[in-house]
Amino acid sequence: MSRLQVELPGLSLKNPIMPASGCFGFGKEFAKLYDLSQLGAIMIKATTVETRLGNPTPRVAETPSGMLNAIGLQNPGLKKVVDEELTWLEQFDVPIIANVAGTLLEDYVEVAKAISLSPNVKALELNISCPNVKLGGITFGTDPIIAKELTAAVKAVSSVPVYVKLSPNVTDIVSIAKAVEEGGADGITMINTLIGMRLDTKTGKPVIANGTGGLSGPAVKPVAIRMVYEVSKHVSIPIIGMGGVSEVEDVIDFLSAGASAVAVGTANFVDPFICPKLIEELPAKLDELRIEHISELIGRSHRV
Amino acid sequence: MIKQELMEVVDQRKLARNIFEMTLSGKLVDEMGQPGQFVHIRVAGGNEPLLRRPISISSVDKEKGQFTVIYRAEGKGTITLSSRKPGEHVDVLGPLGNGFPVKTDDTQKVFLIGGGIGVPPLYELSKQLIDVGMKPIHILGFQSEDVVFYEEKFKELGETFIVTVDGTTGDKGFVTHVIDRLPKDIGSYYACGPMPMLKAVSEQLEGIEGYLSFEERMGCGIGACFACVCKTNQEQDGREYVKICSDGPVFKAGVVEL
Repeated sequence: MSRLQVELPGLSLKNPIMPASGCFGFGKEFAKLYDLSQLGAIMIKATTVETRLGNPTPRVAETPSGMLNAIGLQNPGLKKVVDEELTWLEQFDVPIIANVAGTLLEDYVEVAKAISLSPNVKALELNISCPNVKLGGITFGTDPIIAKELTAAVKAVSSVPVYVKLSPNVTDIVSIAKAVEEGGADGITMINTLIGMRLDTKTGKPVIANGTGGLSGPAVKPVAIRMVYEVSKHVSIPIIGMGGVSEVEDVIDFLSAGASAVAVGTANFVDPFICPKLIEELPAKLDELRIEHISELIGRSHRV
Repeated sequence: MIKQELMEVVDQRKLARNIFEMTLSGKLVDEMGQPGQFVHIRVAGGNEPLLRRPISISSVDKEKGQFTVIYRAEGKGTITLSSRKPGEHVDVLGPLGNGFPVKTDDTQKVFLIGGGIGVPPLYELSKQLIDVGMKPIHILGFQSEDVVFYEEKFKELGETFIVTVDGTTGDKGFVTHVIDRLPKDIGSYYACGPMPMLKAVSEQLEGIEGYLSFEERMGCGIGACFACVCKTNQEQDGREYVKICSDGPVFKAGVVEL
């Protein structure tokens, strides 16, 4: 077995590196730059039942070592994603993790049921943490009871394992993590963005049309590491960690904190070749740390 | 093909108040062709600033393997870029986007209309149009005399009108004032500048084939992040929205809702 190979529910990953949802579209733009089959997996852009046009612009704003975004789950809708985007992605030898979003519980169920039947979708990622839509999204991810209920409902109809993407915008992320585990989640992905705001110094008004946006990038990494560390102590399902990963050292840190694989978000916007670069750099880093197999790093921070 | 390269700064000079011209050299130049494309530049290493800066290509010298950008240093990123010196390297991603079509027609006459920092890509466009036998007329608008650049360079290429909002040089007013008094016996027009200018120009020249280059706050520059979307006039286009970075930045007049 390759020293980078990672086995997770539904996912046989060549390596633990995958682009995070919302930062990679449906892969088309990046396929012009490199072979997507190199990736451990691909987390595709959130899919809702209906076509969504997203929020007004400006949708992004740069912040110290990070950025805010409020795209608003723009996507072509379930039918087009299944018929066009996922079908197109079949040419690559890479498992797809389909990010599922909605306004009502029924929406999540409808998308999950249909999208999990696509042959290359090997797992779902329930988006109960998008901070940029008025309804749904984060409202499901901030109450343990609702999060558990939604997880169970989706789990009941999904043909593939279900991962739940957690929001950091909560008082106690461990309680949400435990709730989704009880609801039957096969894994957790974390963290989504932190709600933030940037003001225009001249006008005093928010820079982003939506007012608030989700903060991502290197600035959020310490928060993400802390949360992965805490959650991994209290759940037994695997975690795909993310939040500010841009260097190979960040990958090591997330695994050490307790994640079993790592997603790369904002860094794809800064350097579109970042995922293959990280994959290429990992073996040398393992040598440097005198680690034979990458899985030896998982949860190192907890060991006595 | 889109490539990423650490390119060498060959020249960096100030052209006008806050306006800089930078020439870079490297293999990426081989990929450049169509005028109106842009590059996405990481102005410094590390995380500050985090995102790249999209800047249009103002001219390409394939023989020397160099290209030039003209940009306004007004935010942290572009101010940092303006401090990069010859011999230093900057991380460039490009060429990106779809530029202006270089077309010929029997009238041979085209308007090239630029506003402020929208002027630079028209320079390469003008050169390429001339190469195929066209006679571009340049109508260039600026805020005031102290931010005017490339006046002589455009004059070397053809008829050129300068207009400033405050009248400190050239005509006083907007590009539309100049267009008003020119005969409209042109085959097509090309425009790059702020949204109000594009709107005014496309209304004024309605019925004539036009190509507009847009500006929008960008994230990735390659079409993946959905930051720079614009609504389209659906009856004419069919698409519900377009991405400025990868579907544009140049669109046929009428496609993008203004």
